[in-house]
Amino acid sequence: MLTIKNLHASIEGNPILKGINLEVKAGEVHAIMGPNGSGKSTLASVLAGREEYEITEGEVLFKNKDLLDLAPEDRAREGVFLAFQYPVEIPGVSTTNFLRTAVNQVREYRGQEPLDAVKFLSVMKEKMKLVEIDQKLLSRSLNEGFSGGEKKRNEIFQMAMLEPTLSILDETDSGLDIDALRIVSNGVNKLKSAETATIVVTHYQRLLEYIVPDFVHVLYNGRIVKSGTKELALELEEKGYDWIKEEANAASV
Amino acid sequence: MASATQIDHLELLLGQDSSSSFPEMASSAREQALAAGLPAVKEEEYKFTAIQRKIEKSISDFGRAKVLELTPEQVAAALPEGFDGDYIVFNNGIPELNLSSFGQEGYTATLLSGSRPEKLGKVAKNEKDVFTAINTASFIDGLHIEVAKNQQIEKPIHFLFFNQSNSGQVINSRILIEVEANAEISFLENTVSVNDESYFLNQVTEVIAAPNSKSSYSRLQNESNQAITVNNFETDIHRDAVFTSNVISLGGDMVRNNLTLNLLDSGCEGNMYGLYLLNGKTHVDNHTNVDHTKPHAESNELYKGILADSSRGVFNGKIFVRQDAQKTNAFQQNNNILLSEDATINTKPQLEIWADDVKCSHGCTTGQLDEEALFYLQARGLGKDQAKGLMLYAFAGEVLEHIPDEAFRNHADALVKERLGTKI
Ligand SMILES: Nc1ncnc2c1ncn2[C@@H]1O[C@H](COP(=O)(O)OP(=O)(O)OP(=O)(O)O)[C@@H](O)[C@H]1O
Ligand SMILES: [Mg+2]
Repeated sequence: MLTIKNLHASIEGNPILKGINLEVKAGEVHAIMGPNGSGKSTLASVLAGREEYEITEGEVLFKNKDLLDLAPEDRAREGVFLAFQYPVEIPGVSTTNFLRTAVNQVREYRGQEPLDAVKFLSVMKEKMKLVEIDQKLLSRSLNEGFSGGEKKRNEIFQMAMLEPTLSILDETDSGLDIDALRIVSNGVNKLKSAETATIVVTHYQRLLEYIVPDFVHVLYNGRIVKSGTKELALELEEKGYDWIKEEANAASV
Repeated sequence: MASATQIDHLELLLGQDSSSSFPEMASSAREQALAAGLPAVKEEEYKFTAIQRKIEKSISDFGRAKVLELTPEQVAAALPEGFDGDYIVFNNGIPELNLSSFGQEGYTATLLSGSRPEKLGKVAKNEKDVFTAINTASFIDGLHIEVAKNQQIEKPIHFLFFNQSNSGQVINSRILIEVEANAEISFLENTVSVNDESYFLNQVTEVIAAPNSKSSYSRLQNESNQAITVNNFETDIHRDAVFTSNVISLGGDMVRNNLTLNLLDSGCEGNMYGLYLLNGKTHVDNHTNVDHTKPHAESNELYKGILADSSRGVFNGKIFVRQDAQKTNAFQQNNNILLSEDATINTKPQLEIWADDVKCSHGCTTGQLDEEALFYLQARGLGKDQAKGLMLYAFAGEVLEHIPDEAFRNHADALVKERLGTKI
């Protein structure tokens, strides 16, 4: 589904991603871990199409299409969804306000019938249950004054509404208490299928007990320096990143 | 002091014919105007708005625009969809009561020449702004509204200005509104350019809001990009009265709005909301002034601007709190979004506070569209233009929501949406 080959990206002339290679197949869950500042969010943003980043080398294929060639909205319409690490506040715009148009633009792109107001509302109700989110929250200014947990739940709610094939969750677990974590992970798991794939970026093994990964990758200094199975996450939890950094630094000398 | 060329244009503006219904008032206003002269660019009050140069360049005839052919169909077409209320037509500045419609009781609408109100010129004073003096010297006839005591006028009164000139002529319009004690009413105003010829519209509107009355005046300025407008609007607000002004500016060549609210007694409230959505070379200057004279009065002000192309906006918000006006609450906010590198905004809060126990806050911001937010919406599948339009509309909506009449608000709303290119 997703093939990343030797991806290099920089911002304002500073190289951040320095040769990422990753293959994600339908039905798989990949976890990306790594120390702060290693480039995890950068990778997620580059995949979603943030324009500040300059791609200096490499390619990304999504369902055999050149992903880097598409505008951010077209990537979303193709089925890429990014749950933001820091969801943006937008004064005066509520979730319900933009989501119907967004959903219908996505549906139109996919050749599906638009949802009328009634149908939209009933789909919304159903997905709201999934992440136990309140309608009142959805009609407030987006993320303005939302608690950390509310922001993350709203991200997963939108994901549910947009029915992506590839979901990238950037630290969706950070700042969640255990109940919220369970709700959010449950939501993600219910949306999983043999046709979809998930990339979870996280610092905590805890999440991976709920969303069980097929592969775990460690991103360090703009490269994936180690890949393994879910046991790798346990090892990282126990030992930290120093041994990985040492290995990586030794290898690059 | 006024130079020779200034006086030439001023004399042209003032004209020679003496068709005023108030010849004595007109001739003394003429003297005042000549003594004051047109504002030079150096003049602080008109520093960013070279109105004199604009008039020199665009006005060629300087004759008074004559009454034009106007059909009931044209009038009907200018009303907002679903409008329910009374309306009064201004034909090149002069009220045309036979094309107007009056369905409600509790107020009177008469020509100034008929009622000859004693309060005329007592609120907007000639010495304050030369354009008021020019107006007083030149207007042929105007409108006088009196809302009787205790009357709640349920539906709005809509003023429709039809402006048309042949070769850059001058239109002076004059309105005096007296809202008596405990009365309630809302006024709407739309300025329509009948064609694309240039003209100079010089409006003066005076409002007296008697104790405990509640009134509002909402204006839509959507003139052709050849139109020059100066609007002097002043309201005296008496004890416990509430007055709200909404000004939505969408077009014109150069527009200057002088809006003054005089809070004359305790317990009164003055609100000023404004939105300017500019493109092309449109220049809109909002000078507002709220004068707190007595304790326990409140003023709220929110002006927002979205400026595209090489448009220019000016906001100058003066809050004057006199020594007597303890316990004043005064809020002012001006926010701007610049959509192009060639667009400019000059914004200046001007606070003069002589009382010590007041709550007064002001703030202004100027920025671009939030790129992070734009990316967020795009990442949800919204096209870039849609996302932009949605964000800008949300920004503008905070002003539009203060317009009390639904049909008028929807009309303004539709124009704003069209301009912002959003379908949401
Ligand atoms: N706009 C920017 N300008 C300059 N440097 C940036 C910018 N955005 C990110 N960086 C840098 O790129 C590097 C990678 O940042 P990124 O946010 O991708 O890290 P991360 O792995 O997601 O970290 P965390 O675990 O803290 O979320 C950091 O050193 C960061 O400072
Ligand atoms: Mg990050």
